[in-house]
Amino acid sequence: MKPMDLQELEKRFQEKIDKEIKIEPNDWMPDEYRKTLIRQISQHAHSEIVGMLPEGNWITRAPNLRRKAVLLAKVQDEAGHGLYLYSSVETLGADREETIDDLHSGKAKYSSIFNYPAVTWADIGTIGWLVDGAAIMNQVALCRCSYGPYARGMVKICKEESFHQRQGFESLVTLCNGTPTQKAMAQDAMNRFWWPALMMFGPSDDESPNSAQSMKWKIKRFSNDELRQSFVDATVPQAEILGLTIPDPNLKWNEETGHYDFSPINWDEFWQVVNGNGPCNKERIEARTKAKEEGMWVREAAMAYAEKRALKKTA
Amino acid sequence: MKNEALYNYVLHLGDDSLILGQRLGEWCGHGPILEEDIAMTNISLDLIGQAMSLLDYAGEIDGQGKDHDALAFLRFEHEYRNVLLLEQPNGDFANTMMRQFLFDAFRKPLYEQLVASKDVQISAIAEKSLKETKYHLKHSSEWIIRLGDGTEESHNRVQNALDHLWRYTDELFSESDLDQSLVDAGIVPSMSEIKIQWAETVRSVLEEATLMIPTNNWQFEGGRRGVHSEHLGFLLADLQYMQRAYPNMTW
Repeated sequence: MKPMDLQELEKRFQEKIDKEIKIEPNDWMPDEYRKTLIRQISQHAHSEIVGMLPEGNWITRAPNLRRKAVLLAKVQDEAGHGLYLYSSVETLGADREETIDDLHSGKAKYSSIFNYPAVTWADIGTIGWLVDGAAIMNQVALCRCSYGPYARGMVKICKEESFHQRQGFESLVTLCNGTPTQKAMAQDAMNRFWWPALMMFGPSDDESPNSAQSMKWKIKRFSNDELRQSFVDATVPQAEILGLTIPDPNLKWNEETGHYDFSPINWDEFWQVVNGNGPCNKERIEARTKAKEEGMWVREAAMAYAEKRALKKTA
Repeated sequence: MKNEALYNYVLHLGDDSLILGQRLGEWCGHGPILEEDIAMTNISLDLIGQAMSLLDYAGEIDGQGKDHDALAFLRFEHEYRNVLLLEQPNGDFANTMMRQFLFDAFRKPLYEQLVASKDVQISAIAEKSLKETKYHLKHSSEWIIRLGDGTEESHNRVQNALDHLWRYTDELFSESDLDQSLVDAGIVPSMSEIKIQWAETVRSVLEEATLMIPTNNWQFEGGRRGVHSEHLGFLLADLQYMQRAYPNMTW
């Protein structure tokens, strides 16, 4: 049988995508498609794992046992998301350990939002509400991603994220209906997290180098700016319910466009944080690297034990 | 108070769950593998859930309108009734797993007996908690065996953990004079029965793990009477921080 030439394979691949047929691990795919997915899914996995740190730091200090249990369950969900996503990356032939090493060396990125500190209890509710809220905007679209394992993983992840978003909002409702001190704590968190949350959607469309190809391959369904706008439109009424002020003097409803207008984003800050100069970049990577190094002997022991058992079975 | 003996007993059960749950929560995001991050937060979550039920019941027996949060967050150090073992710092993963194993091996037979308690509330809580505790014991036993019979380093680390923590194990079985009335009434089991089962589990798991039971048998106790180690104060500083810094607020 004559091997199909590359052009023909690419043509058939794109036809499948156009017909909304999912691409599965054993299907032929262009190298660039594979690379793009490995990059994107591993970044997503890293974001889940690094994202455990700012919230995890409040588990021991949660204000009551119910909130402690809710936070434990939430951070546990995130570790679970990390696991699905690393497994998804493995279906593309990448090695979980290697992708983690790329995170530690700085080669792989993760969501910049987690380089901002969680300094008060209100930050925990705000992260749930705004950060998980922004993540959902992205992730709901990813449930229809052309790559099967990623799309299916996202369905479960989205259900949990949407629960987290509502939990975060509910926690803020309690603060905003509480004492003036609690309300001020919530407003302070809003002031610090609003802009970094908007930055989560990534650079503007004209500055986003990978977007056009990802849209054609249906890895992405909406542009960064479209998703950002949907997030602002959905979030402003929620802030009104809470009685919190969004820290943007130019935020206003635009009758003509049917959307909220908002101020330009400080992209200098965005790129500084992406490139390592955020308030907690160093702490986050150090914490992950330390966990890996200090856990090395545990993983070695588990491997050694498994090998001994396998030998005993064959003996 | 209607029943001081029952209050003390339920309080110490609740405090054991609370303090170990709090300690395990410290691991979140720092575990040796992602699967263990999930396992340890999951066990922590189970224990916090148990603490909520037990402390609510303690508050009910006390009859002064205290709920689980009032008891968990607003007592002084000497009013906590957890055993010393559980407030010991996490240390490395071997130390955390050994602490967990020594406790799980005790908790499982205890809950098994408490299911038969004549106090319906204790029986119900024990039944629910027993299901969780069986998983905890399976998980910690497997790690003790894996680490003990893994590499030389893991063997040494987990043996060191056992040597260190052994001194806190007798206290698990301490009984106050008040407890005897509960044993007589069929509400709680006698600790001598629990200790026999604990010793058997410990012996068989440690044997498979190729670990040696320490010969130094000098034992520490005090937690059950509210006399704690230096470590508890720091744990409570974290645990109570919000309730102490922002008193009388709803969260």
